[in-house]
Amino acid sequence: MKQNIIPILMPKWGLTMKEGQVTEWIVKEGSNISMGDEIIEVETDKITGVVEAVDVGMLRRCIAETGKTYPVKSLLGVLADSSVLDSEIETFIEDYEIPDSEEEDADESALKYLFTEVDGLRVRYADRGSGDSVVLLIHGFGGDLDNWLFNLDALADKHRVLALDLPGHGESVKTIPDPSISGLAKFVCKFLEVVEAPSAHIVGHSMGGAIAMQMVTECPESVKSLGLICSSGLGPEINSDYLQGFIEAQSRRELKPVLQQLFADESLVNRQLVDDVLKYKRLDGVDDVLRILLAMLLSETETNLSDKIMALGKPTLVVWGEQDRIIPVAYAQNFSASGVTSVEVEIFDSAGHMVQMEKANDVNRRLLYFFS
Amino acid sequence: MARTISYKEAINEALDQEMTRDKLVIVMGEDSIGGTGSPGEDDAWGGPMGVTKGLYGKHGDQIMDTPLSESAYIGAAIGAATCGMRPVAEMMFVDFMGVCFDQIYNQAAKFKYMFGGKAETPVVIRTMVGAGINAAAQHSQMLTSIFTHIPGLKVVCPSNPYDAKGLLIQSIRDNDPVIFCEHKSLYGVEGEVSEESYVIPFAEANVMRDGGDVTIVAYGMMVGKAMDAAETLAKEGVECDVIDLRTLSPIDMETVLESVENTGRLVVVDEANPRCSIATDVSAQVAQQAFKSLKAQIEMVTAPHTPVPFASSLEDIYIPSNDSVAIAVRKTL
Repeated sequence: MKQNIIPILMPKWGLTMKEGQVTEWIVKEGSNISMGDEIIEVETDKITGVVEAVDVGMLRRCIAETGKTYPVKSLLGVLADSSVLDSEIETFIEDYEIPDSEEEDADESALKYLFTEVDGLRVRYADRGSGDSVVLLIHGFGGDLDNWLFNLDALADKHRVLALDLPGHGESVKTIPDPSISGLAKFVCKFLEVVEAPSAHIVGHSMGGAIAMQMVTECPESVKSLGLICSSGLGPEINSDYLQGFIEAQSRRELKPVLQQLFADESLVNRQLVDDVLKYKRLDGVDDVLRILLAMLLSETETNLSDKIMALGKPTLVVWGEQDRIIPVAYAQNFSASGVTSVEVEIFDSAGHMVQMEKANDVNRRLLYFFS
Repeated sequence: MARTISYKEAINEALDQEMTRDKLVIVMGEDSIGGTGSPGEDDAWGGPMGVTKGLYGKHGDQIMDTPLSESAYIGAAIGAATCGMRPVAEMMFVDFMGVCFDQIYNQAAKFKYMFGGKAETPVVIRTMVGAGINAAAQHSQMLTSIFTHIPGLKVVCPSNPYDAKGLLIQSIRDNDPVIFCEHKSLYGVEGEVSEESYVIPFAEANVMRDGGDVTIVAYGMMVGKAMDAAETLAKEGVECDVIDLRTLSPIDMETVLESVENTGRLVVVDEANPRCSIATDVSAQVAQQAFKSLKAQIEMVTAPHTPVPFASSLEDIYIPSNDSVAIAVRKTL
């Protein structure tokens, strides 16, 4: 009978998550749940997210208490058909044990972060899942592969998912040999060769979107499709105050309001997030790299890559957060208005520039649909 | 990449990376190499606690053992700094600093001021502070405020491995004399530290915990005690801000004042003796600048006004504990 009982577990969002705090049950005990329904809200030291139903059934038990913190994979609730006896559910709950994490930790640390060299330069990347098709995730200015915290594993259920730290970012080398969109695109093309991924769905966020588009020119055979999330390179406007502020901020106090511009819900910018960015900014070489990139981004704003992608006809999905304060959502709306059939557009409300974090479940679902 | 290493390893790594980056960075001290000339020199001690272990093999011409004469080699390090080197001198125990005080407070600290800003003295004096290993009264003192009293000296006291590395690199690159206080009881404490080089600027306190009810200010080993106390108090429904000062001179009072203006309650924890200490300094500044915000008397948690006892049972009582911090916090409520 056990297969009829579906546990709702504390998720593991990202590699460092060990526990999460339950902030809200979105549905009540006894409700009927469909696949994809939002069930429970969980807050981690990094961000708040929502656990969705992965199956159908009735929410028979809400075990986790609001406000309490539970380790990853703890049993938060139980989903089961109404035909399942209460006693069976009780037994299931009593018997449930959090899987021993040690073995998994060993597995995970192997998967965790990988390092390789591209042109003799150190590159950190993640390589998850398997499948016929490959998805490559490219972060934006000042970001790193952890910007895909909520996307990596969800996409890896069906695909091999790669995400890298661009040169100058995350834990990759802190120099940029050719600081131009085309130089970075060439670098990412070479990265795909190194990790033996001849072609991939290329998903880029912000500056990563411009790099993805440029890859169509640099290594067209590698680009199966394009996912452009709040992408630069689609029009001249970019919030230069943000970029400048990101570079100039020297303390938590200065950095926090800068990072808040990235989100529709500013409360998502917690101390951990600010700390992580500050730690990155303080690494030797980062300040120089960011200043070089800023100059490049501001000088290349006239470059519009959208005509190019339309001309080449690669299937393209444009995703945007309605409240993006860094790059205007109008650029996505332009596509909708233009009626180009090779370009699909999806705009999510209540999301800013980091739409892939703020609306992770929606963005993941949309990307998976697009890839299929 | 970030990995977990100890406070001691973080300090070693900072020295290693800075010696690689800049050949003018030199390390000198009693047994900094340890065993020079002996067959096992590559595996020499590297200082009494092994902090500089392995540096001789990598940077043989940038590290030297000195005679057991602090007044001589601290003076030499200060002199070398004025001539363009970036020496990191190791003073085994801060307790011995007395024999080279002229060099430190009357020379190094004064050069910039007395030579019209033309002389710089980029020297770092690394030294072990604090109690906790039964090293008795002459090897266990928390002599931080002796140095903060003197303009011209910078005083740093990291509480964890990440800060130890970033603050030491900043100290080496800084153009003023820095007294870098390493807590001997923290050498084995582990934490996540980036493999790459990075700096933490001076005068930036670290808000370790946001609470809102009471502000706890601490530094060095006391930060861990304050965090533990805050954890206990949270279970009682009292949420504390915990602030790690990180650098004592310059000191980030802005962060402290901002917190106290919000909480109205202050507990300062200092392992040093109670008179004329960091605790009294922070308390006085808050009383003066945020008096109207205070809802309760300021509490100080310090060692008693006695030398550090040798008997371990007494030493345990001597060092401020999690409990004494929690009790002080409750007094402010």
